[in-house]
Formats: sequence, structure tokens, C-alpha cells
Amino acid sequence: MPDATGLELIAGEIRDSAPGAVISTKHDRGRAEIEITPESVHPVVAMLKERGYTFLASLHGLDYWPDEPRLGVIYELLDMKTVDRISVKTRVTVENPTVASVIDLWSGADHPEREVFDMFGVVFEGHPDLRRILMPEDYEGHPQRRDFPVGGEEVIFTYNEKTMPGWTE
Amino acid sequence: MAVTEGPDAFRASQMRARDMLRGDLEGEELEKYVQERIITTTLDKAVSWARGNAMFPATFGLACCAIEMMSIVGGRVDVARFGFEAFRASPRQADLLILSGRVSIKMAPVVRRIYDQMLEPKWTIAMGACCSSQGIFNNYAIVPADKFMPVDVHVPGCPPRPEALVHGILTLRDKIQGDPTLGWRSRYGAEGTEEVLPLHSSADSVNVFGAPRPGLGEAPIA
Repeated sequence: MPDATGLELIAGEIRDSAPGAVISTKHDRGRAEIEITPESVHPVVAMLKERGYTFLASLHGLDYWPDEPRLGVIYELLDMKTVDRISVKTRVTVENPTVASVIDLWSGADHPEREVFDMFGVVFEGHPDLRRILMPEDYEGHPQRRDFPVGGEEVIFTYNEKTMPGWTE
Repeated sequence: MAVTEGPDAFRASQMRARDMLRGDLEGEELEKYVQERIITTTLDKAVSWARGNAMFPATFGLACCAIEMMSIVGGRVDVARFGFEAFRASPRQADLLILSGRVSIKMAPVVRRIYDQMLEPKWTIAMGACCSSQGIFNNYAIVPADKFMPVDVHVPGCPPRPEALVHGILTLRDKIQGDPTLGWRSRYGAEGTEEVLPLHSSADSVNVFGAPRPGLGEAPIA
């Protein structure tokens, strides 16, 4: 982990190269987090990769409902030489959920980005084949969003088999 | 013959069988002997007796219940005692589909296809809570089996013990043997669902998996 000072140095570097990109930094329980605007994801992550954070350990989504902006995309980067980790966070709205794809930096981001698109509906611009990966292709909605209903199909019992559509319908 | 049961009667019938084999029985005695040793039944009953005692389950596990399903062929509960031990690897050879685990909505068409590929007569056991009433995985991804295919026996449990599954299988056996016309299946229209591929077909129509599916390679769903 970069310590608090190291994190501020990185944030300062980002501020110099992309003004207005850094929203906040946080160093908590030994974890370095840096939150950036969604427009600056690609240049910032590319800069961090140049700086040594060459390994994309994880790319995942999050729904902060009811906080706005709701959807989050988190990139966990790892410096393999110094075993140094940093989390890059960004947040987008449900109305305009677009983030630039980092598939040109890490081709392994292909499936994580498809999963985040499938589960949260975040559109990764520049992804060559952005379609559902876990749910069926004709599925409607993004099931990991917090406003998605928790329960699935209603269960057919003897008392409601007349009203519930079963397999014969 | 005063004694009709017990070891004495058994010994007497054995002695008469020996007489018959020696050719000593004639006329009325022979007639009586034959009458005693013939069981009359209907073909339906005989067939359903055979069907109920020789079901071949498909080798098809879905989730954690499959571990319990595998253990029914082991020495402890030994389902081979009832004629169910031959797990067939092809749905064409199987006549019992045990839905052992949760069925996701992406898996449901596959399960239904396997069920359709099985030949009549065929039966289904929904094993465990997930494929009966969705259980603890009641979320967006899971669908109960009743929604897409007929189910004969539901075995509750999470997962059910192997003994429970054997009880479910024996319940199904009783259903089959007790109702030779399979009335409970025709009552809810669960007959005639086997998949028959066309006999004379070009390479296109037989290629059921290669048909272009909508949604692939198109613009992403926003």
C-alpha cells in the first residue's frame, strides 16, 4: 500500500496531468483509495499503469442506492514489484452510465466489464463486444441494482396453481 | 390339503412339483397343479410393474443436491436394490430425470431440452428446495421446475438426505405401479413431449444449435 503521503503524491501527480480529475482520496485501514471523475478513468488508469501498477486485480461494480450518483466502478490495481495496491473508484449516474473501457490496457478486463454491464448496466465505451455474460441475452433489467426486486419467480403450490402460470402456459 | 401356509404347505407343494416333473401327475391333478401356478394379470399391470422396478435415471447433476444423488448408488442406501442403479449418460436411454439442485433461468431451456430428448414413458423428480420452491437461492436467477416442465415427485430438503430421495423414488414407483395408464400425467397434459428430429432433413434443419440466435453480435442492450 502506498502510505497516506504516497497516496497524496500520486493524487498530486494525477491533478497535474488531468486537472479536476481527482474528487477525493482516502487512506483507511491500510487501503489507499482514490476517487476520480468517470471521464478521466482511462487517462488516470493508464498513468497508474505507467507508474508501475501493471496488474488489474479486479474490476467490479457497486450500487450506492439511494446515494447519487448511484453506480460505482472500482478498479483494484496492483504493483507487482513492490506489492503495492491502490483502488481507483468512479461513480456514474443511472441516467448516463458510461465509462471508458480499459480493455486496451488490460485485455483481461473483457469479462469483468461485461459482468459489470450485465449486473449493473454500466456501459463501457470502447469495449468491442459488450453483451451479457451471465444472464440470458434476452433478459431485461440489471439484477444487481439495488432497486431490482429481490425475489424471483413466484412458487406454484396447490392452492395457487390455477392462477399461477405454470409450464403448460 | 388342510395346510395352506407355512413350511408344511411349502414342502407339500415342492413334493407335488417333483411329481409333476417326473410325469406322475395326470388328469384332474395336473389341471389343479397348473391352475395353482398361474397368475393372471393384465398386460398394463405387468408392464407398469416392470417399468416401476427398472427406472434408469439420467446422469445429470445441477448443484449440491447432486452430491446426495450420487450417494444413493453407494453401499449405504444402495438404490440398486430397487432397480435404479443404471445412471444413463444419454437422455435417449434414460426415463427418469432427477433435477438435483437449482435451475437458473439460463439453464432452464437446457433442462427442458434434455427432458424433451427423453423417450416416453419418462418421469421427473424435483429434488431439494431450489427446484421445487426456490429455497435459499430465491433470487433473479433461479426458476422453479414447475414453471417449465412437468414434475411427478417433489422431494423436500436442503439438500434432502439420500434416504429422502430413495423415498421419493419409491413413491414414484408406487405411482407408476398403482396407475398403469399413467393417468396422473395425462391429467395435466405431460405426455407426448418427446423431441423427434426430422427424418429427412438437410444439413441446415438438423443443425439445431448452429441456427443464428438473436442477440449475438448485435448492439448491446443499454
